Parts: sequence; C-alpha cells; structure tokens
Amino acid sequence: MIRYSARSLFANALSGHKNWPEQWPDAQPKSAYDVVIVGAGGHGLGAAYYLASKYGITNVAVIEKGWLGGGNTGRNTTIIRSNYLYDESARLYDHAVDLWDGLSQELNYNVMFSKRGVLMLAHNVHDVQSFQRHIHANRLNGVDNKWMTPEECKAFCPPLDISSAKRYPVMGGALQQRAGVARHDSVAWGYARAAAKLGVDIIQNCAVTGVRRGADGAVEGVETEKGFIGAKKIGVSAAGNSSIIMNMAGLDFPLESYPLQALVSEPVKPIFPCVVMSNSVHAYISQSDKGELVIGAGTDQYVSYSQRGALHIVEHTLAAICEIFPIFKRMRMLRSWGGVVDVTPDRSCILGRTPVPGLYVNCGWGTGGFKATPGAADLLAYTIAKDEPHPINAPFTLERFTTGRLIDEAAAAAVAH
Amino acid sequence: MNNFRRVGRGRVNQNAPVEFTFDGATYQGYEGDTLASALLANGVHLVGRSFKYHRPRGILAAGSDEANALVAFDRGPGRVTPNVRATTLELFDGLTAQSQNNWPSLKFDVTSLNDVFSAFFPAGFYNKTFMWPKSFWDKVYEPVIRATAGLGPAPKAEDPDKYEACYAHCETLIVGAGPAGVAAALAAAKQAGRVILVDEQAEPGGSLLSTPEAMIDGLPAADWLARSLDELEKAENVTLMPRTTAIGYYHDNFLGLAERLTDHLKDGEADGPRERLYRVWAKKIILATGAIERPLVFAGNDRPGVMLASAAQTFLNRYGVAVGERIALVTSHDSGYQAAFDLADANSQIVSIIDCRPQVDENLQAEAEKRGIEVRVGWTVTATAGRHRVSSVTTNKVNGDQVDPKGETLSCDAVIMSGGWTPSVHLWSHSKGSLKWREDLAAYVPDQANENAVCVGACNGDFGLGVALETGANAGGGNDSFEVVEPAPWTGDGALEILPTHRDESRVKAFVDFQNDVTAKDIRLAVREGFKSIEHIKRYTTTGMATDQGKTSNLNGLQIASRALNRPVTQVGLTTFRPPYTPTTFGALAGNNGGAAFDVVRKTSIDGWAEENGAVFEPVALWRRARYFPQKGEDMHKAVARECKATRESLGIFDASTLGKIEVVGPDAAEFMNRMYTNPWTKLGVGRCRYGLMLGEDGYIMDDGVIGRLAEDRFHVTTTTGGAPRVLAHMEDYLQTEWPDLDVWLTSITEQWAVIALNGPNARKLIEPFVEGVDLSPDAFPHMAVRECKVCGVDARLFRVSFSGELGFEINVPAHYGRALWEMLYEAGKQYDITPYGTEVMHVLRAEKGFIIVGQDTDGTVTPYDAGMSWAIGKKKTDFVGMRSLARPDIVAEGRKQLVGLKTSDPKTVLEEGAQIVMTPDQPIPMDMVGHVTSSYWSETLGCSVALALVANGHALKGETIYVPMPDKMIKAEIVETIFYDKQGERLNVI
Amino acid sequence: MMMIECPICNEKRPELEFRYAGEAHIARPENPSALSDDEWAKYLFIRNNPRGTHFERWVHAHGCAKFFNAVRDTVSDKFVMTYKCGEQRPSPETIAERSS
Repeated sequence: MIRYSARSLFANALSGHKNWPEQWPDAQPKSAYDVVIVGAGGHGLGAAYYLASKYGITNVAVIEKGWLGGGNTGRNTTIIRSNYLYDESARLYDHAVDLWDGLSQELNYNVMFSKRGVLMLAHNVHDVQSFQRHIHANRLNGVDNKWMTPEECKAFCPPLDISSAKRYPVMGGALQQRAGVARHDSVAWGYARAAAKLGVDIIQNCAVTGVRRGADGAVEGVETEKGFIGAKKIGVSAAGNSSIIMNMAGLDFPLESYPLQALVSEPVKPIFPCVVMSNSVHAYISQSDKGELVIGAGTDQYVSYSQRGALHIVEHTLAAICEIFPIFKRMRMLRSWGGVVDVTPDRSCILGRTPVPGLYVNCGWGTGGFKATPGAADLLAYTIAKDEPHPINAPFTLERFTTGRLIDEAAAAAVAH
Repeated sequence: MNNFRRVGRGRVNQNAPVEFTFDGATYQGYEGDTLASALLANGVHLVGRSFKYHRPRGILAAGSDEANALVAFDRGPGRVTPNVRATTLELFDGLTAQSQNNWPSLKFDVTSLNDVFSAFFPAGFYNKTFMWPKSFWDKVYEPVIRATAGLGPAPKAEDPDKYEACYAHCETLIVGAGPAGVAAALAAAKQAGRVILVDEQAEPGGSLLSTPEAMIDGLPAADWLARSLDELEKAENVTLMPRTTAIGYYHDNFLGLAERLTDHLKDGEADGPRERLYRVWAKKIILATGAIERPLVFAGNDRPGVMLASAAQTFLNRYGVAVGERIALVTSHDSGYQAAFDLADANSQIVSIIDCRPQVDENLQAEAEKRGIEVRVGWTVTATAGRHRVSSVTTNKVNGDQVDPKGETLSCDAVIMSGGWTPSVHLWSHSKGSLKWREDLAAYVPDQANENAVCVGACNGDFGLGVALETGANAGGGNDSFEVVEPAPWTGDGALEILPTHRDESRVKAFVDFQNDVTAKDIRLAVREGFKSIEHIKRYTTTGMATDQGKTSNLNGLQIASRALNRPVTQVGLTTFRPPYTPTTFGALAGNNGGAAFDVVRKTSIDGWAEENGAVFEPVALWRRARYFPQKGEDMHKAVARECKATRESLGIFDASTLGKIEVVGPDAAEFMNRMYTNPWTKLGVGRCRYGLMLGEDGYIMDDGVIGRLAEDRFHVTTTTGGAPRVLAHMEDYLQTEWPDLDVWLTSITEQWAVIALNGPNARKLIEPFVEGVDLSPDAFPHMAVRECKVCGVDARLFRVSFSGELGFEINVPAHYGRALWEMLYEAGKQYDITPYGTEVMHVLRAEKGFIIVGQDTDGTVTPYDAGMSWAIGKKKTDFVGMRSLARPDIVAEGRKQLVGLKTSDPKTVLEEGAQIVMTPDQPIPMDMVGHVTSSYWSETLGCSVALALVANGHALKGETIYVPMPDKMIKAEIVETIFYDKQGERLNVI
Repeated sequence: MMMIECPICNEKRPELEFRYAGEAHIARPENPSALSDDEWAKYLFIRNNPRGTHFERWVHAHGCAKFFNAVRDTVSDKFVMTYKCGEQRPSPETIAERSS
C-alpha cells in the first residue's frame, strides 16, 4: 500500500494519478472470522482497526448494510469536545480527544482534526452555575475548559451578538480550546484503509438478518444477505439500528431512535473561527474548511428511522442562529438532512458486554457519537479482545439501568427553577 | 453597448433601459433582463471564478440551475448577498453586483495558480497530505485552505431587512407554471377547492416564454399563456405566486414555499419583508417542475462562452440576446438543434453543428441545410481555446471507437451544448416517491408515489408541449385536449454524456461539476481508489455538493461512474435529494421568530411595579423575575445584604406569582395526591398545608412545593417556577393513562393567581387589617394553614407558609388585582420599612434555612434520601410514583452524594457554586472528587458564608473537613447540618 | 410536519399541536414493590424501538389535552391509525387492513 505524503501525491500527479491503489478492497465474506463487527461507521471501522493494530486480532470482518461511513458518521456536525461533567464521561470523551490528536498521523490519512476551540454559551444564571460546575470538575479532571466573559466570547467569536437586550443574552461561556471539528468522511475512510491494510475485511451492502446463538447461548455468527458468517465474538456498533440487531440476538434494549437534522449554508469566505454551542436556544454552529456554515438542529420528538425530519425543526434552529448571530440572516441554507440517533434513558452510551456471551455492544451515543469515535472504537476493541471492559468504559454498562447507577449529563445540566 | 441584443426580439422592454454596475463598470440593460442576460447583451461572458482551481467561468444556464455565474449582489451595508446566480437576479436601475472568489481581480486572479498546479490537487488530495509536521495543520495548512476556499464574501453587518413566515391554504398546490402547471391550474380552477400555483421565476410560463414558434389552440404560445394567466388571475379560487420556490416537500403533503418580495425592486421601493416563508398543506400536489438540460463533458467545456443550448435559446427568445455571433453547437440530443436554428434565424452564424451521435434524424439535417448550417454527424470535441472567453473549438471525427487525432479547429465566440434532459424530481424525491431509470432518457423518472402527488410534463419524463398540456390538465381534474404545433418535436439520446477523445483522459480537464471543479478524471480516480457507491464518489470528489446541488452534474457524474465501475447505473445508486430545492435565506426560515418574538417573556402582574422601581431582572424558565432592587450606588452584593437584613428584622415583600399552581379536584383527589407525591395526604386536614415532594418514576426528585387542602376534594398545589408545565403533564399522564378510574380533574391556575409573599416579624401586623373573615392569631391560623377569604375586599387564598424561616404569609389574589394589592401593602408597609426583595434574597434566606431548590441543590440524580428528606416519604405508603426505584441496589448503596451544609474555615470566604470538593488537599490531577457546592451565599444575618453541597456519604461525615480546590487556592470547610439559622424554628412563632 | 388524527377531537391536526409521549401499552405494574429489579428496569427503560409498526402515545397538548394511542410506521413515518387510551392494541389484521 502506498504511503500517503506530499511526495507520493507529487509522484502520482506526474503519472496522471493512474497508479493510486484502492484505499480498501471491496471484500466478500469468508465463512468465519475471529470477530465480526456489525456497522461500518467510524466506531465500527475504528474498532476493527484497533483490534488489528493493538490487539493482534486481524481475522476480522466489518459488515455494513449500506456503504461504509453512510450513517451518522457522514451526517453529523463533526463537533469534538470532552468537557463533560461526570468523571466517567469526561474520561471517556477525553480518551477520545487524546486519540483524535494524533489520528491523522497514525492512520496516514488526514482526518483534518482542527482544534479551533468549542465555546458553549450561557444564557441565564442557571447556565452560568452549571458551566461553573463543569469548569471546576474539568479542571480537577485535567480536562481543559475555561470561563469566558461575554466580551471574551465576542473576541473569540466575532460574529456573536452579546448585547444584553436579547431574549437570551450571552452571560458568558465555557471554552474548551483543544476541542474542535474533524472531517467526518475522512475518519471512516481513514480507519477503513488502515484496517484493510492490516487484513480486516470490509463488507458493504450486506445487511445482517439474524444473530445465531448456540445451545449454550453464546453467539456463533451472523446471518446476512450474503450468507452466514461465523464468529465467536460479535461487536455491534450500529447506532440508530442497534435495537434491531440486539432484538435479533434476543435482547431488548433501553434505546429509542430519533431523527436528528443538520444543515449547511452556501460556502462563504472565512467568518467563523470556532465552534459555538448554545444548549439553551438549541444552536450548534461552525464553518467548514470549504466555507459552509455547518449547523446542528434538534431531534424530532418521535421514534423514526426515516432519516428525514420536519421543516419546523429547521425553522427553529435557524431562528436561534439568527438570534445569536444576526449577521447570518442573509446567509442561505444549501442542504438539510436527517440521521437516526439512538438514545438511552440517561443519554449516555452503552459500551461493553451484553448478557449474551460473545456479543458486545457500542450504542446509545445519541447526538454525541462522532466526537467519541476513536475512543469508543478503541474501548470496544479492548472489550472484545479481553472479554472485559476497560476501566474507562466499565461504568457504561447495560446493568446500570437495573441498578440505578445512571450517568445523566443532561439531568445534571438540569432545568430552570 | 447592447451589441448582442436583437432588436424586437424577446420579452424585455427595449424601451426601458436601466443602468447597472458589475465589478465597478457600468452597463445598460433593459427592464425584464436578468443580470446574466444583460451582461451577455454587453458581450460580457467572464463572470466568476471556480471554487477550487479559480478558473475563469461564464454563464452556463439561464435559470436556477446555474453553476458558474455566481455574484455578490450588493445593496449596501448588511445587504450583500453572496453566491447569487446572475441568471436569476432580476435587473433594476442601479443594481450593483461583484464577482467573487478572485484576487485581486476577476480578470487577473492570482489564486488561479491552483489551476496551473491542479495536477497536485486531485479529488481527495487533502486526505493524503498536510499531515507533517503535525502542528502545521492548525497553524498553517488549515488557515490557508480556509482562506482560498469559500465562495462569496462573508457577511459583515446585520441584515436590516425583515422576513416573515406564515401559512397558506389550498386544496391543490401546483409547483411550476410551465405549460403542464398552467394547464393543471386551468383545469383545477374549474373544480371546487382552492388552487395555488407557484413558480420560482419572476414571470410564469416556463418553457412557453422561450418557444415563440410554438402554437397552442391556434395561438402563439406567448398569447395562449397570456390568456391563460388572465383566466387564472380572474378565477377566485386561484392564487398565482411567482418568485416563489417550493423548497421542500415534507411529511403528509406539507411543503415549504419561499417567496422573494423585494430583491427585484429598486432601492427604496421595497415596503415590507424581503422574503416570506409559506407553510402549506394541500390535499393534492401537482409537480410540474420541468427538466434541466445536461451539459456535455469534454475538454475545456467550462470556458466562458460555453453554455447550455437551452440557455442560449432562452437568452435569445426571452431576453432578446444572442450569446454570440459565431456559435458552435455540440450536441448528443435533438433538442439542441432548435437553439441553433433560432440563433441562425436571429442572424448569428452557426459555425457548425457537431453531433456526437453516429446518426441523426434526417429532418433535422434538412432544416440545418435549409439554413446553410454544416452538420458534422459522428464528430466529437476534444478541446476549446480562449482565455476569458471561448475563441475556438477543436472537433475530431469519430470512427467507431477511434477518434481521429487530426482535429479541425473552428473559430467561434460561443459554444452551446446539449446532452439531453434531466427531469427535476427533487420535490418528488423529498416526498419519498420512488424513481425508476429510463434508459431511453438516460434519466431517473418518478415511479411510485408516497404521498398524494402526481408529476406531469417534463419532470415525469414526458417531453413535448402537447403531452405536458394534456397530462397537466388531467392532473388538474380536466380532460381538455389541446391543438399544438411544435417547431421541432424531438427525440434524444442522453446517454452520451462524455465525449470521446484521442487525448490521455487522465490529463484532460473535462468538467462534470463546474462549480466544484470536479472533472471526469476525478470521478475515475475515486473509482480507482475503491469508492464504489455514488455516495462515496460524491463525497470524495465533491461532485454535486456545490450551491447548485448537482442540478446539471449529477447524472453525468453517475454515468461516468457507472462506466468506470462497469456496472449499470441502477447498481451505482443515486444520491438522496434533500431540501431545499434552491438555497434559502436563513432569515426567511427564521421568519418572525426573532428578537422579542424569539421566545415569549412571561411577566407577572406585578412586573411593571418592579420595573418602575429599578429591579434588576433575571430569566427563570420563560419568566422574567426581579432579582434584586438596588438603591442608588448599590451593587448586587449590597442590595442583597440590605434586603436580607430588612426582611429578617422587619418585613420583606416578594412577588411569588411565578410559582406554578395546579388545582387538583375531585372525590379521589387525596388518593391521586397520595400516588403522585411521596407524602401522605389522606389525613391532611382541610385548611392545612404540607410540603410535597414529587419524584419521577426513576426515583429522582422532580419537583416540590407547598400544597394546601382547601376542601376534602380540593388541593391547591404549588410547583417550582420552571416545573409547572412538566408537573401538570406528568400528572395528566398518570391520571389519564394509568388511573382513569380516579375521579379527579386537574387545572393549571398559575396565571389565575398573583402571589405576594410577606416575610418578617411584622408580616402579620401588616396584613391583619386587610384580611376579612380569618382570625390570624397563631392558634387560629398556625404555620402551614390556608384559608379562602377576602383580602382588601378581593377573593383570596391566604397561606401561612415560609420559605425564609420568618413569619410568612402568601396572599393569592386574582392576577389582575396583583399590582393593586401589592401597592396597597407596600404603602401600608412603610411603617415597618417594608422592603421589596427579589429572587436572590429569596435564595439566601432559604439557604440559611437549608431549604432546597429543585434544579439547583438537586440535579435529576438526587433521591429524597440523598437530599436528607426521608421525612417527606409517607412511611405507611405502599406505592407512589418513584417509590419502587428507591429500592434499586445503587440507590441504597454506600457512597451516594448526599446534601450537607458547609462552613468555611474562614467565615468570610464565600464558596463558588459549582466548585468541586475533595477529601484531601494534596492530590495530583485527576483528583478524586467527592461532590460539589450546590448553593453558596454570604449571610449578612449570620456574618458568615453559608453553603449547601452534595458530598459522597455526606450524611455520615458531619464535622469532617473537606477541601475545595480553586485555581489559585485551596479552601477548607467543615461539613455541617444544612440548617444554619434558627434551628429550632422559633422565628415562625413571632407574635 | 406530520398530520395527526386526534381520536377524541376527531380532527386531523398538525403535529405542532401534539406532544409525543413514548411507547404505548406499557402499563404501570399493579404492585411495583413485588417486582424484581430486572422486571422494574424493564418497565422503566426497555423499549421496543422497532423499524416498522410502532405503538405509541401522543397528547393533544394544544387541543383537548388528552393522551391517545397511535400506530405508526417508523420507516415511512405514516400513521396507520389512532385510537383512545384504554382501547385494545389493534390486531395485525386491523393494521394490515388500515395500512393498505
């Protein structure tokens, strides 16, 4: 496999780019693997890569019902941050950010991780209190996150309107400087190429139709559109479709899948230097390297797999954007789309073993899955390889819903009183 | 200087000249022109630069499918619109526009070096490099990439224009006012029910506006159109909406329409909003959205002066502009011929018709011959030349699979091309209608509907005027037939999207997506690198991702990919069509929901008094509440200290109207309360109150409030300010769906009652004279009593409750009496130095007493046990909402965070709310955090700070020392009880 | 935006008038204290989340304020039918009939 570099790009330019090899072969399934990963998004491909690169398990297949990276990996607003409140979450996401930091070099694939800073806005006294709590907790956890006055927010993000006469004035913000964005497709492709290089089979257009379990209850493999594929270990990383796969294995899961929309504007010259999130008014925005404003909307209220959402959600989102950034009123929406996010009751992921021996799950990331990609992938690989969770993902069990040890970041952000 | 204008031709008003400015130069056009047609009339073809290579670009199309000619439309500060298609920008006197994406100028663009080195920037180049050294990505590479990317100028100032959003209503919505849409509307107008006909263009008519030779029912097309539009105007049930784009087709026949109201008006003429978003549900949707012509893919097909044949035809017939004087037609489809004939008839020279197909209809050839035009059948184009405008085209004979390397170079000043037609199925696809591939058209056409929608005319793959009119009329509910004469009925083969060449295809720049600079070789590269799904190819090459969203490029890209993959098109897939159809202004989508209308501000009836008396407000949920009342020279700290002191020592008055209030009424009211709250309610006497604690079914504290029993069957429930809607919904849910057998009804009464809280030793003295019919003496009206009575002659609900620890009363009166009562009490209270206080003091006073605020001292993960409120749980109860969850293993386990008080070693130190707590001070990061400070205030009354905190195992750690690590210091504190002030509660008993 | 037929008002109204209220036919156990932790967790959190036919609850929040049940396809988002709380879960035959 060619190593990507300026030199190889130059050499290939001279030969008319006719000698670039496939980034990953379009594999057909073998009869059995050591591990089968269901779902070729960033999480699943990454898990296969780490299984091969860190744990020496190379007889791995990643199977995908559509095209790789075609689910939420390719549909999100690419925000990466780790300034979560609880120790468990902060460690999980910070592990991911650590991996993001060297990912392009590790994969020899530029995933364009851009540490441009994520600024979260506070709009009322309650937000301020909540952010202070986050900042203190992050500081003691070694996660960078600092308080910004409204004036500092404005200096960091000039398009911001900080006038106090607004319905939701900016009362300050929390900035995580080493947070940012990455190029979503490149993450999936980079992992796919690197995994394939280590011998992983990536099998697309191959929907799973069943999970076969033996007399002892343990998994034996998956039934697919391309026939039965044997495996003693199966990792499910299927985002919005996780419930469906778990059902096939006879498990009911605490998940619901909701539509989540996002949109981009037409491209313009650089205007927006960072990422801004405002949970109170539901606005999430950055500008892509191409020049498009990338904007996240809220979820629709009902369970759906349709990958489409309602116009009023988009209207509300853009009203919020125009409220905080009035200079964007004349910008134009180029494209809007929907994904399917799987949400747990405490809105934290489930990452670990399941009651079925040999079946591992990585799901329930809700709207926050992209930022966790390398971390979730690495931890899923660890859990599969060792048949036990890594200390970082140990709290994110399925059992917590029975015992009551929930990890509820959203509840902690709480509600106005 | 209208050298290319054809006098007497077209629909522009050639008697009404207007001046406009492009890139600083002034030109003349006519009323009715677009910027594109007026520039072409002036011989200006170079209009923009492409996204990646900054190649010179001209005008490709004549409508919203334009990919190249994007300009910045400049109406002054805050009114610069980037990326406007010159082909849709209506000309008016004084219009100013600039070209984009070039430096220092359009003609001399330094960044076009990208083009020289384009070999190093193939699709996906950025994935393969810019990785070393690592730190350079953030600091060097990305900033440079960002600066060269982007298209139009970024906004600099707030847009002063207004936008609106509203609903429109009809039974039949017709999208597209071409022949099919107009025929549909004519038929629908005769039926019952309202009809809306929308068209994105300024003038309805679609193709009828650029085919003057066509005849319908004996009338020239334009006259038939005028007659039809007149009929529609007169029909009472029809609304005709030009300049209105159907942007998206959503669930259940719901569409969004974006209407542009002022962009075409002269400066100062606009009165009202710039754009308006309509939301429409219609029983039936008729899509008559037409088709878009496809470019041909050949080397140099992007040079200014190379454009779609249909665009040239439109510029000539609609705007009276010839796109050149010596024009070559390159075509693989019959439809291109008519454009060439029209131009020839308008005195432009057609230097050649280069038809790539091996055979061509004889009639067409005869028509060409009649005009003296040479037709090269089975020829290809292998190059064009010309720096800022095409000056020649090189054509080669194709023999079987072989292209004769010896080409002929034909001098020309324009090249028009036709690669067939792509039905506009965008909206159909938004609605999840399915598509099928038609090999003869080399295009996808509508198949099965998912909604009550029908496609008619070209968007359905039914080409030709007659069929458009007839299917349109049928869809509209009529059965009219039309007598139609078309100049050149055509057939075509759109499959030949990429022209054969003898040159090395890996070196040739033959563009597929013009704006994003995606060439055929990029698509082949993507396939070579293993990108086999069309979604991958799209994302890797960015084809179809530009501001035109692939209107002219998607099918060419798809077919090139299909060939490279050696798979039929139907196995390559099709990218998903997503709203909006054309880019839509944020302002229009935000609609009226800005500024004060962004979200409602709820105000109490006493809010005006607070405002007049200098209150500083804070938002709490949707309410705004007075936070404190500063006197001259006071900051918040001083004002709060004063208000606290005054209340504790004499009398404070507080607007508590925002408290949520729900009346729970009915024979089973007490039973219902038993089930919803942790506390027991059966034995609560009439006229008595109790603090109520509500849990979610997960066992965590959800809400709290004082609840009074007004009668055996009537409870007056109060909730937190933010919690009222949630609590009511929660109660309704259980009442309606779990216990419909309970005879109870629930009423939100939050807004019915204004609530004035009076706290302090003089509270009783103040209100006694105003209260009728209640003996307020401590024995007759003890703490936690409630009566219905009259206060100042007004019906009232009087509570003796206290959230401050002082003797306290809460007077509920009908909301519209709130301010009057407040003012009377305030006036009468002056003898006790009555002091109005806000939420800040309310918080301090309750914290001194250790009363929790749900949402501050609890956070959705706190149980009653954690909060030290086991006393609020009815011991004999066998069930209430949340009870079972309290028995889960991790809820009763050791180590849960529990609410405690904190006393700082230095009494002057006020802890920061949200600060984290550790047990030992000298820890490395990450520290072992055991909890956090939930509430913290300076207590003027006690002369020290007071704080509440959640601490792991806190209840067992009374007297222990904890540490609060701050960035600059370590604060030491002791775990104490949550009550700091008046532990025995004696202050309540002031006589 | 979906159009939803409120079975109490007998009117088809826009989704904005309604609030989604989760999966339907999950009855609160008669005696929660008798349940094991697993059984209680199942009641609290386990949801069907199917691709396809979904039984769900809605409230006509800005209308009659009543809860009701619905059958909806989660892939097409189309409502098959709505019905009042307390009514039986529609049979597969009824759903098939209404879907066609």
